[in-house]
Order: sequence, then structure tokens, then C-alpha cells
Amino acid sequence: MVIDDLNAIAEAERAARKKYTLRCCMAAGCHSSNSVAVKKALEQAVKDAGLEDLVEVRGVGCMRLCCQGPLVQVDPDGTLYEKVRPEDSASLVGTLKGGTTHVQKGDPNSPFFTEQLSIVLANSGYIDPERIESYIAADGYRALHDVLREMTPKEVVDEIIKSGLRGRGGAGFPTGLKWGTVAKTESAQKYVICNADEGDPGAFMDRSVLESDPHSILEGMAIAGYAVGANQGFVYVRAEYPLAISRLQNAIKQAKQRGLLGSGIFESPFTFNIDVRIGAGAFVCGEETALMMSVEGKRGTPRPRPPFPAESGLWGCPTLINNVETFANVAPILRKGADWFASIGTEKSKGTKVFALAGKITNTGLIEVPMGTKLRDIVEKMGGGAPDGAPIKAVQTGGPSGGCIPAEALDTPVDYESLASLGSIMGSGGMIVMDDATRMVDVARFFMEFCMDESCGKCVPCRAGTVQMHSLLEKILNREATAADLQRLEELCQMVRDTSLCGLGQTAPNPVLSTLRFFRSEYEELLKKETAHNGEPRAAIR
Amino acid sequence: MAAKTLTIDGKQISAFEGATVLQAAEEAGIPIPTLCHLDGVYDIGACRICLVEVEGVAKLLPACTTRVREGMEVRTDTERLRNYRRMILELLFAERNHVCAVCVSNGHCELQTLAYEHGMDHVRYEYRFPKWDLDVTHRLYGMDHNRCILCNRCVRACWHIEGAGTKNVAGRGARAHIISDLNQPWGDSESCTSCGKCVDACPTGALFKKGATAGEMAHNRAKLEFIVTAREKKQWIASE
Amino acid sequence: MSFLDLDEWLVDLAAAVDVVYSPIMDIKEYPENVDVVLVEGAIANEDHVELMHRIRANTKVVVAFGDCAVTGNVTALRNPLGDPENVLQRAYKDAADIAPQYPAEKDIVPRLTPRVTPVHELVKVDLFLPGCPPPAPRIKLFLEQLLAGKGERLAGANIKFG
Repeated sequence: MVIDDLNAIAEAERAARKKYTLRCCMAAGCHSSNSVAVKKALEQAVKDAGLEDLVEVRGVGCMRLCCQGPLVQVDPDGTLYEKVRPEDSASLVGTLKGGTTHVQKGDPNSPFFTEQLSIVLANSGYIDPERIESYIAADGYRALHDVLREMTPKEVVDEIIKSGLRGRGGAGFPTGLKWGTVAKTESAQKYVICNADEGDPGAFMDRSVLESDPHSILEGMAIAGYAVGANQGFVYVRAEYPLAISRLQNAIKQAKQRGLLGSGIFESPFTFNIDVRIGAGAFVCGEETALMMSVEGKRGTPRPRPPFPAESGLWGCPTLINNVETFANVAPILRKGADWFASIGTEKSKGTKVFALAGKITNTGLIEVPMGTKLRDIVEKMGGGAPDGAPIKAVQTGGPSGGCIPAEALDTPVDYESLASLGSIMGSGGMIVMDDATRMVDVARFFMEFCMDESCGKCVPCRAGTVQMHSLLEKILNREATAADLQRLEELCQMVRDTSLCGLGQTAPNPVLSTLRFFRSEYEELLKKETAHNGEPRAAIR
Repeated sequence: MAAKTLTIDGKQISAFEGATVLQAAEEAGIPIPTLCHLDGVYDIGACRICLVEVEGVAKLLPACTTRVREGMEVRTDTERLRNYRRMILELLFAERNHVCAVCVSNGHCELQTLAYEHGMDHVRYEYRFPKWDLDVTHRLYGMDHNRCILCNRCVRACWHIEGAGTKNVAGRGARAHIISDLNQPWGDSESCTSCGKCVDACPTGALFKKGATAGEMAHNRAKLEFIVTAREKKQWIASE
Repeated sequence: MSFLDLDEWLVDLAAAVDVVYSPIMDIKEYPENVDVVLVEGAIANEDHVELMHRIRANTKVVVAFGDCAVTGNVTALRNPLGDPENVLQRAYKDAADIAPQYPAEKDIVPRLTPRVTPVHELVKVDLFLPGCPPPAPRIKLFLEQLLAGKGERLAGANIKFG
């Protein structure tokens, strides 16, 4: 494969385009509401109407407004159809010949769509994730070519540093710095891992990217491999994502067939292979050291850092590990330049962030917005607020490691530092909206139960501490707890945060701490009055 | 090997490059409490008892897995650390059914000793009273999960001193537990060599020699040290 | 028994305190205004709950005395079996050789609590003296401190479980 071959594929793909395209969402949300049958019915309807030469029915990735799926959008005019049923297909195709349809129409000009800025999801909803040609026609693998033929590994690392890209897995570590560290290590064998073990309740950003644009991940990983000197990559994806796994495997197969993975890519000396490793259902395997244990075929438990994976990772070799969304940003950065990327977002948080909007919100779905967008714009303007106009009480970000941001703080811009200052985290991008019917102690209990069940059991504070914190929360909810119990809960939160081995335990108290910070009265209202008959002995409190 | 100079609890000491903070402190006669650490097998930093404060590092670090650095300032005995250690011990006692009065290791138990050292006169957390079984299918030894603190020492001794690989951990969170082979009765294990190193490695009475009654069973750590010393230093003598 | 091992010091103790309530004294009601109580045993049935609340309300310093009071100890071994129904089933039916039946005499046999708990899970406890039994020298040390008006928590070598 040389650049002319790539251009030829793109040309052929563009030349094959028809007058109309019916883009039919085939990502998990719409998939589960029967979009496969819808697509089939549309294809049949096109055939029945004799419009095969004029109309292409294309299965695409996530079209974002998941709550209204299955979604179908018509090119070139952009008409968006919602909740499409297979039996609607004839009338829907009929509109192309001047007919009418009763199918519910969405508004592609609503703020939900217009306020978005797409880098990671640029291809999502447009290209066919099952066909590499579709990705190539959208400038796919061009960045890999340019990097391999025109840039040194150091130049690639410098470009990523310059872009200001930070890890999208949650902690926000500068990506270029991580790449540079791995690149500098001297080792005959290095690895690149893509962490696709998205496990936060209510989060589905990475799943959508994998289902909608798998080649962008492969291209990002290959570029990373070149930059750090690795020849082998692994995508660690959870078993609960069968569609993402099959699209990823299909994409790897196609990329290998086209010579875009394997040895001598673009006739350069660079060799890079990617294998998929499937998780077995443990949340903790999203923690990088546990993930690597699992890739090695061992029990997925974390180990103390340092040493960091960049020095000693998979099988003891230097390993670069980034999240799906991080890798998805790589090719666009190299294609359009670090300056372009750095011009988007805030001073310390560059680019965009994908969020999965869920919970008590009208527009459930996927959004991508520039860093620094106000929470209020996301939740009220784009998300349409809570259904039936109920007042929003809080927004939970960062999953079980994150916190609840109260409605008063909705004008906070979304970036790593602002969310941290509110006791929450950016996290991987799950955003759960809560209305005034939500009891915050319940929320804390829910997340604590999650952490308790998902603790690997290796270190004591996380294994036994989450159990005790959960039982204290239950006691509070049962109105059996005293002020001394609440104090004990807070002490445990601090201890588990400070002493746990990995991020799971260190952040497990966050949902409690953040709800205590902003909604303390809800805890106190549930407490039993303290008498001489109960509570902690005074002599025992130091 | 280059030497590193560091301060532990205000005392200036030197240690070999690559040594852990725990080793350096031990050399300097500064005691750091440990539970999942066992001389001779690799450390996993799981029990969090040996956590220390290091100047300039926001997180607490386990002394057993943290390597010494030049100019490092370590504190091993602050109010906060003592408090956290006691809490961790209480969590362990509340987690399973540790009934000292009827335990074979009463008086020879590291968990018990640590509890005394940390002033644990009672447990502030709710006892969980989980139901765990006893595995007494092995000819010589027994495993009482009620007394297990999941320190993993038996697993590491089995894999790295004996090389049998019989013991392992199954399940997660509070349901994590030690298993033999593919989660089968210990007595049915084909890999177990019946060497008893796991029993000697156990800090509590979870692993015991059959026939021992309450307070009767001491652990023979010298046996493990003998093998490790022989392997590492080629000296066929047990160290003190 | 360990208490009796205090031997001749018991005579000194008797001179310093008035013993107002004890299982070996013929007093039916726990009196009011008690300075110190040493509570033995865990909370296992409804009588214990009632008495313990009365003790707490009428006592200045409540001491959990011995492992059963401090941890639940052997009495709490029934807890992993589950609720009282399962416990009675196991003890009086499954394990019975002859005439399996539950001990049920109204107003005489108290009902079991759902689970056995240490005293401090029910009421506020001021001081703890663990041990099974607490050794006589430690009881002496502990009581001497209390008599001197400085009840302090035990530490280090003075704590003993089992």
C-alpha cells in the first residue's frame, strides 16, 4: 500500500456515491431498538421503488440522539427521522419521490446537534464502520501515512505535546508526556494498549466510538506505536460490548488485508500489529495495572505504582496505555495540526470531550462539546433539561469515582480542573442528571454498592472499607444511624481514600464525600437523635 | 551498588540502591509494622499496614514496595498513620470471624499482635459474621476461611518458594477467598506437595496443622527463611 | 473465675467499693446511680437488651468486661448460621438425639435477638477490658486506675484477646 493506493480507494468510494443516502444508525442503542430490521426494510423498499441507482442505504455508527432511535437521516437534505419502524420504510423511501410520511421527524438544527463540535465523533453517523473504504474516503489512514513517511517518532511526540491533549480516561494526564516517557525508555520490546474497558454506570462513549469508527482507534494506536517504538498493540475491551468487539475485529482484519497493519506499513520499516483482548466482567480491569495483568492472562488485580506502565508494564516491558477517546483524537491532531487542536477548549484542557447524557434528561444520548462548555449548556440547552420540566438537582460526573455537582454550580465550565475543584472528576464522560425526586444518600449508597461489588479484594481498605461504608449508608437510610455513625462514615471515607492501593478504592468514597459536601442536610435529616443510650463511647474517640 | 542517603523518622540513614523503604528501615533498626510482607517472597503492597508518609508525595506509600531515593524523607509513625493502621486492623477483625479464644494461633498470631500494638481494645465497625466453610480435606493441614485476612502469603509461598502453584485467590471483594488448584477441595489437589510452607507462611490461624488445639500452633518461619537463604545466598543455614 | 484469681486483693477491693448488683447476689432489680459496672457476656436475647438499657441509664461508667462483651466472641459463633430460627433448628432439632423440640416456655425463656452483638453495638460503652478471660493482674490494674478516678483505655501489652 502506497499513498496512491489509498487515494484510489477514497476516489472509488466517493465515485460510488448515489444521489441520496439513507444513513441508518447501527450502534448499540438503535441496534437494540431493531435498527437492523429497519435497515433491511429500507433496502427492500428502495429495491421495490426501483431506486437502487439513486439511493444508498448505509449502516452507520452512533447518530447521538439515542433516546429517539432507531434514527435514519437522509442526505443531502439532512432530514432526520426518529423511532423508525421497519413498516415505515416504504413511506420513508417514498418521500424521495415526493411522497409524504407520518414518521416522527427530529430537528437537526436543535441545540442538541448544533452546539456539538466533533473531532472524535466526526465520522460517527456518517461512515460505515464495517467498511474500511468508508473510513479511507473520510481521510482515514492519511495521518498514519504522513507520520510514517514524513515525521520522526520524536516529531510525532512533540506534536502531541504541543496539542495539549490530555488522557480522556478520567485522570487527564498529559498524553504527549506519557508518549515521551515510553519513547525514551530503552527496550527491544514495547507495547501499546488501548483501554476500552469502559465500566462506569451510565457511560457509553467508548462503546460508541468503537462501534462507529473502529479504524480511527487502530490508526491512533499505530501512530502511537510508531512514536514510542512499539510493534504490538492490544485493545482491551469488555465482553459486555459484543458489537464493538465484532466491529473492532472486522476492522483489524480489513486493515491487515490492506496492509495498514502488519509489517512494512506504507512501505516503511514500521511494523505494527493489533490484537483484541476481551475482559471477563471485572470493573477493576479498567485500572491500568489490573488491565495489564488481565492481558497477561493473570487474575486482574492492580499493583502499586511506581513502577508506572511506561517503565514496566505488560510482561515487564515499557507500555503505553491510553483510553479509546484519547486514541481517537490522535489522527485528527496529526492531520490538522497541533495548533488547530490547541485552539479548541480552555487554557489547560484542550480539544473536545464526549459525554454520555443519561438519567433524568430529555435528550438521552451522546454529545461532543469543546472543553470549557458550561454544564448548564450541556444539561439544559442541549439535553433539554429533565423530562416534564422537573427541576434539576444535581449532575453526576465521573461514575463511581466521581461526584455530584449541585444545580447551583451548573455554570461551571467543563474542564479537568473545574470539576476537580467541585470534588468530582471529568472521568471518562458519563454524565447522569438527577431531578428533585432523587435522594442523594440513595445515590451515594448506589455507587458504594457498585464499588463494594467491584472491589477486587486485594487491599484491605477497599475490600473491607467499602463494605462498612455501604452498611453505614444503609443504616442512615433506615433511619437507624446516629451522628456518631455519620462521623465514622466520614472517617472511613478519608481512610479508604488515603490508603487504598488503586484508583478504584482511592475514589470509592467520592460519591459520599461530594454528596456530603453539597447535600449534608439530607444525611442529617435521616439521623436518629443521639441519647446516652447509644453512640460511640466518648473515651474511645481520640 | 550505589548507596542512597535518606531520612526515616528524622534519622539519617543510607541504603543500597534498589532497597525498599522497609528494608532500609529494618537495617536502621526502625520498626515498620507489616502484615502481608513475608521475607523471601515478592511484595504486593496489599495490606496497607506498612504505609508511610514521604515528603513531597501526596499519597501514602507502602514501605514494602517503595524503593529508596536519594534525599527521601520518610515518616513511619505519625498520628495519621497510627490511626489508619488501627482502622485497617479493625476492618480486618470485623470482616471475618476472628475468635481468638478458640483459635489455634491464639498468642502466635500476627494480626492479634498488631492489634495490641495499635491499642485496639475493641472494634468500632459492625462485625459482618459471614458464613465461611472449613476445608479439612487435606491429610495434614486445614484451612479455616473464617480466619483468613487474604494477605496472599500462602499463595506466594506456594508459588515462589515451593513452586507448586496450588494456592490461589478466587472471587472478588468481600467474596475473595483462597482456593486450591481449580477451586477444589485441598485434599483432592494434585499439585499440592504437602510441604506445609503455606501453613508456616500464614500470619493467622487460617492455615493450620491438623490436631492443633487452641493456642497450640506456632508458625515455623525459620523453615521458610532457611530455603530462601539457601536459594538466594547459597548458604545452607537459617538466618536468625 | 479470673476475677476470683485476684485472691487477697479482693479483700482490699471489698473495702473500697460497695457491690450492689451481681449474678451471685440476690438482687432482682438493677439499682439506680451506680458508679461502675463490669458487663460480662454479649447481647444475645431480649432480656439482655432490656437489662443493658437499664444498666446504661443508671450507670456512670460502663465497662465491657471480657471478650464476649467486647467482641461477641464464642457466643457470636451462632451468627453465621443466620436468624434465630436457623440457630434453634440446628441446636435443638438437627443436633438432637432424642425428642427434638424448641425450648419455648412463655415468659421464662427469653427470645433470641436476630444476632449476637458486642455490648457497644447496643449502648455506649465507656471502657473495654478484653480477654478470654481478662487475666487477673490486668483486672487489678484496670480497677486500680478506675478507683483512682482515672479510667483510661488500655494500650499495648495490657490488651489481650483470647
